[in-house]
Amino acid sequence: MTDVLYLAWRYVLFHRYKTSILVLSITLIAYLPIGLEVLVSQSAEELTARAASTPLLIGARGSALELVLNSLYFESASPTPMRYEQVERVAESGQASPIPLHARFRARGVPIVGTTLDYFDFRRLRVDSGRQMAVLGECVLGARAADELGAGPGGSVVSSPENVFDLAGVYPLKMRVAGVLAPTGGPDDGAVFVDLKTAWVIEGLGHGHQNLASPAASAAVLERDGNRIVANASVVEYTEIDASNLESFHFHGDRAGYPVTAVIAVPHDDKAAVILQGRYQSNDEPCQSVRPRRVMDDLLSTIFRVRGYVVAAVVLVGLSTLATAALVFLLSLRLRQREIRTIVKIGGSRRRVAAVLASEVVIVLLFSLALAGGLTLLTGWLGSAAMRAFIVSS
Amino acid sequence: MIAVTDLEFRYGEEFRLNIPELSVDRGSRVAFIGPSGSGKTTLLHLLAGIVTPTAGRIAINGSEISRLDDVRRRDLRIRRIGLVFQEFELLEYLPVLDNILLPYRVHPALRLDEAVRERAVGLARDVGIGDKLRRTPERLSQGERQRVAVCRALLPEPAILLADEPTGNLDPANAAQVLDILFDYSQTRDATLVTVTHDHDLLGRFERIVDFKDFHES
Repeated sequence: MTDVLYLAWRYVLFHRYKTSILVLSITLIAYLPIGLEVLVSQSAEELTARAASTPLLIGARGSALELVLNSLYFESASPTPMRYEQVERVAESGQASPIPLHARFRARGVPIVGTTLDYFDFRRLRVDSGRQMAVLGECVLGARAADELGAGPGGSVVSSPENVFDLAGVYPLKMRVAGVLAPTGGPDDGAVFVDLKTAWVIEGLGHGHQNLASPAASAAVLERDGNRIVANASVVEYTEIDASNLESFHFHGDRAGYPVTAVIAVPHDDKAAVILQGRYQSNDEPCQSVRPRRVMDDLLSTIFRVRGYVVAAVVLVGLSTLATAALVFLLSLRLRQREIRTIVKIGGSRRRVAAVLASEVVIVLLFSLALAGGLTLLTGWLGSAAMRAFIVSS
Repeated sequence: MIAVTDLEFRYGEEFRLNIPELSVDRGSRVAFIGPSGSGKTTLLHLLAGIVTPTAGRIAINGSEISRLDDVRRRDLRIRRIGLVFQEFELLEYLPVLDNILLPYRVHPALRLDEAVRERAVGLARDVGIGDKLRRTPERLSQGERQRVAVCRALLPEPAILLADEPTGNLDPANAAQVLDILFDYSQTRDATLVTVTHDHDLLGRFERIVDFKDFHES
C-alpha cells in the first residue's frame, strides 16, 4: 500500500500545476456551499443574539438598519443624531431605562462610543485590567481595541479628526485609558468607550482653556463686561483632560439639544415596551423606535433567500466542474496508456495500476477537502465580521 | 532454458506467427533478426508471458508459462525475466532511482528493503549514472535513459533477459556500452540473453542468430 501511495504521490507532485488546478477547483466546489452555510448561520446567530439582547432602540428617523448596525455593532455610518432630550423623554416616560449612545467618532479607525456606566451593566462588560472610567477624558478599551491601538491602563488614545481640511471641525482629544474590558467575542471588544460628556468634548460642544481671569491670559482678552469676557484665538485650548485642567472644562448651550446617535431603551416589562413603541408611531414624531431583533430578522430573511439562489448556482457549477474533472481524468488515462502498459509489462497487475490511479484521485480529494476545511474554519473565525462589513458596505 | 514447441499466435486475420520449435540454452546469448512485423517483439512478449499463444507451448526452465494463470505468469515474469525496451519506457514522474526500483513497487512478491536500494544504487553507479539518481528521465540523455531501463531490468537479478532493440535509439558509442552491460550481466550470472536487433554490426557478439523470416506468415 505504501508503494501504491508513493507512486501516486510522485505523480501528483510531478504534475503539480495540473494537480493544483484540480485541487483548487474541487476546493471551491466543496467550500463555497459549506462556507456560505457557515458564514450565514454564524452571522445570523451572532447578529440575532446581539439584536435579541437589545430590546428597543430609539433614534432619529431614517434607515432602521443603519441605526441598528451603528448602535449595536458600531460599524455603519453614523445615523442622523437626535437631541439629548430624547434620552430624558424615555426616562421621564417611566416605561424604560435609557442608555444613551454616541457612536460617531473614531480613534485610528476604532469606534469611540460615548455612553453611561449603565451600558456596561446592560451588556455585562467587566473590566479585566485597570479600572472603570471615572472622570471626564478617561476611556476604557475593548480587548481587541486595546490590541489594535496598542494601549492599556495608564496609556492614552487620541481621537481622529473627521476631516483634516476642516479647520472648524472636530479637534483630536487625547484620552487617558482607565482600563481594558474582558473579551466578550462581540462588537464591544473592538470599541473605545468614553463617557457621553467626553464624546461631546470631542465634538467641540465642551472645552477647556486657559483661565481668562489669570494674568497669563490678559494679552488674549479683548473685552470684559462683568462675567462676560471676549478673547482672541491666542487663548490656549486644552487637547487633553487631566487633573490640572479638568476644572476648566465646561459646556456651552442647552444640554437638551446635545446630540446622541441612539438610545437603548430597556423597558420595565412587555407592556411598557408596547406603550413606549406606540409613542414613536406618529408621522410627526422626529424619532423612531425599532426592535433590533425584527430589523435583523428582516435582513437575515433576505440573506437566506439570496443564499438559496447562490447555493443552487454553486451546486450546478460544482456538478459541471466535477464532470469536467472526471473527463480530464479519463482523458489523462488515455494519455497514460503507455505508462500503464509499462507497469503491466514489468509485472504490475491491473489492480495495482487501478490502485495507483485511485490513490491519485484520493490524494487530490484529500488535499481539496483539507483546504476546503481550512477555509471553512477561517470563515468561522472571520465570517461574522466579513458579513457585517458586507452588510455595511452594501 | 527456453523451449518453444508448435507455437502459434494470431492477431486478428492479418498477423500469424508460427514457430514449430525453438530452444535457447541457459546462459546463451541469442539475437532475433528479421524484417519489421515478422513477430520478433511478439515472441519476446510471448516468452515474457505478457501475451499468451493461440496454440503450442512455451516453457521457461521447465515451467510452462503458456499454461499459467495471469497471477503466476506475472509472478514468474517479475522474478525470472528482465525486460528492456527500445523506447526505454521509463515513468516520467519518477526519479532515476525510483524508476530502477519500479519492479519492487508494483509487485507485492518483491520486497523493497535497504539491501535492494543499495543494490540499485550500486547498479546505477556501475553503468555510470550514479550521480543522476534524483533526476527525472526528461533530464537524461537517450543513452542514460536506456541505462536506467537496463538497471530496472537487472535489479531483480533475472535468469533471462529479453531485450527488444535495446540499442535502436542509441548512437554507436551508447549502443556498445548498453550491450556491454547486458553481456557482462549474462556472463557473470550465467543468464540467458535474448535480444531483438536490426543492427547487423552487433550480430558478431551473439552466439546464435534466429532469423524470423521463416516463422512469420501474413
